[in-house]
Amino acid sequence: MNPFDEIAVEEALRLKETGKAEEVVLVSIGPAQANETLRNGLAMGADRGIHVQTDARVEPLAVAKLLKAIAMEEAADLMFLGKQAIDDDANQTGQMLAALLGWAQGTFASRVELGEGRVSVTREVDGGLQTVSLKLPAVITTDLRLNEPRYASLPNIMKAKKKPVDVRTVESLGVDIAPRHTVLSVTEPPARKAGTLVASVDELLDRLRNEAGVL
Amino acid sequence: MATLLIAEHDNTNLSDLTARALTAACAMQAPVTLLVAGSNCKAVAEQAARLDGVEKVLVADAPHLAQQAAEPMGALIAELARDFQAVLAVASSTGKSVLPRAAALLDVMQVSEVTRIESPDTFVRPIYAGNAIETIQSSDPIKVITVRSSAFEPAGQGDASAPITAVAVPDDMALSAFERQELAQTDRPDLGSARIVISGGRAFGSKETFDRFLEPIAAKLGAAIGASRAAVDSGYAGNELQVGQTGKVVAPDLYIACGISGAIQHLAGMKDSRYIVAINKDADAPIFQVADYGLVGDLFEILPELESKL
Repeated sequence: MNPFDEIAVEEALRLKETGKAEEVVLVSIGPAQANETLRNGLAMGADRGIHVQTDARVEPLAVAKLLKAIAMEEAADLMFLGKQAIDDDANQTGQMLAALLGWAQGTFASRVELGEGRVSVTREVDGGLQTVSLKLPAVITTDLRLNEPRYASLPNIMKAKKKPVDVRTVESLGVDIAPRHTVLSVTEPPARKAGTLVASVDELLDRLRNEAGVL
Repeated sequence: MATLLIAEHDNTNLSDLTARALTAACAMQAPVTLLVAGSNCKAVAEQAARLDGVEKVLVADAPHLAQQAAEPMGALIAELARDFQAVLAVASSTGKSVLPRAAALLDVMQVSEVTRIESPDTFVRPIYAGNAIETIQSSDPIKVITVRSSAFEPAGQGDASAPITAVAVPDDMALSAFERQELAQTDRPDLGSARIVISGGRAFGSKETFDRFLEPIAAKLGAAIGASRAAVDSGYAGNELQVGQTGKVVAPDLYIACGISGAIQHLAGMKDSRYIVAINKDADAPIFQVADYGLVGDLFEILPELESKL
């Protein structure tokens, strides 16, 4: 599970433990191995899982559409997502899901406080921190400082094997997942050429002034 | 058809980052319209109109746009975008919140954190925290793109002023309400556009030493201060100073990394800097592999000496 998603699971579990949420349902979209990811979250304490099984490449817009269908079926009040994937680093699925549902969004959350009909979210923004109050239902994407995810204990890992996971197809959710992007190439970034060690502050300043010309 | 560029601003001043994103917008090979959305943001529109390459400026002025919240901004941009071939914004915390929302309302994918525009439908962007570079082609009718501002040179500014037109703003859906913000106050240059950045890591040991050793040098160099995630997590610096995969991506002329080991997460945020200097006690630290100039030693001795000799 991606570290941002682990934080999302942890936050949902804490809401349940404080009596503010009734049930934590995990969703994962992907090939058969996604089942393992769901079991990890179930071992942390989630109640049940939904696995939308597909071997196709699924872009963020398609993921958002599948999650919208699940959110509506489940009548969810709050959707937690990690703020970004760690492969494509796209940072857009949560925002897209909120738009498709017509819900409020709280991105890059470092603090979440659930109230009556609203949720207060402190967001990590470029200049510092911003707190917004969102009308429920809402979508929240999680940042690294929101919480410290728990480790699953061995008894809970065993229990998780018996928790229900509903396997679904893309077709049953009625979503078109045809990709909009074609990957033309993936290359290594240009390597920086090895630099040199300098012996002293004087040499460093001399190089920066006379060789690099940046001072 | 034209390209719509979303201006980055605080209702008073246009951010330098907009001029960089404008260079990317011009690479889309179509006239550029700049959207200034906010509240009482007339002054911003006037600054925007003087940027070279802006054909016209649209102003969306309404109280509920004061914080440029994602919900009303997404609705506004999706409404306007139907007349454009492309919509661009800086990959700032605002751009990242707003643009995917607009993209989904338009039923198109977003192309995130673009570092080069090859043609109006082909884009280059880093993946896996900058460890690979992908080139992708979009088949969507409207291209929705966030750009990594550090990868583009800023457009110039002239005396000529583009026409400014007011546009209608969709009603407030009141989905979210602004409560408060705590923004860091600083006289130093903005981390995202500074020419020199000096960053500190966990080696500083405390917030007090972090400030005491870095601030005098930053002041002499006219540099922005940055920090590694480890330093931010340890409370030595605010999150807004974080350089890295989940913080800011910077590419200044000179990046000075002090007491930073050079974890991949941090390198993702600074390795496109023109010159990198590493100061670290550990001669085996990975940062030395990307640094143009490395100095091995105790930063508590090196930094005061450096400061006195500047």
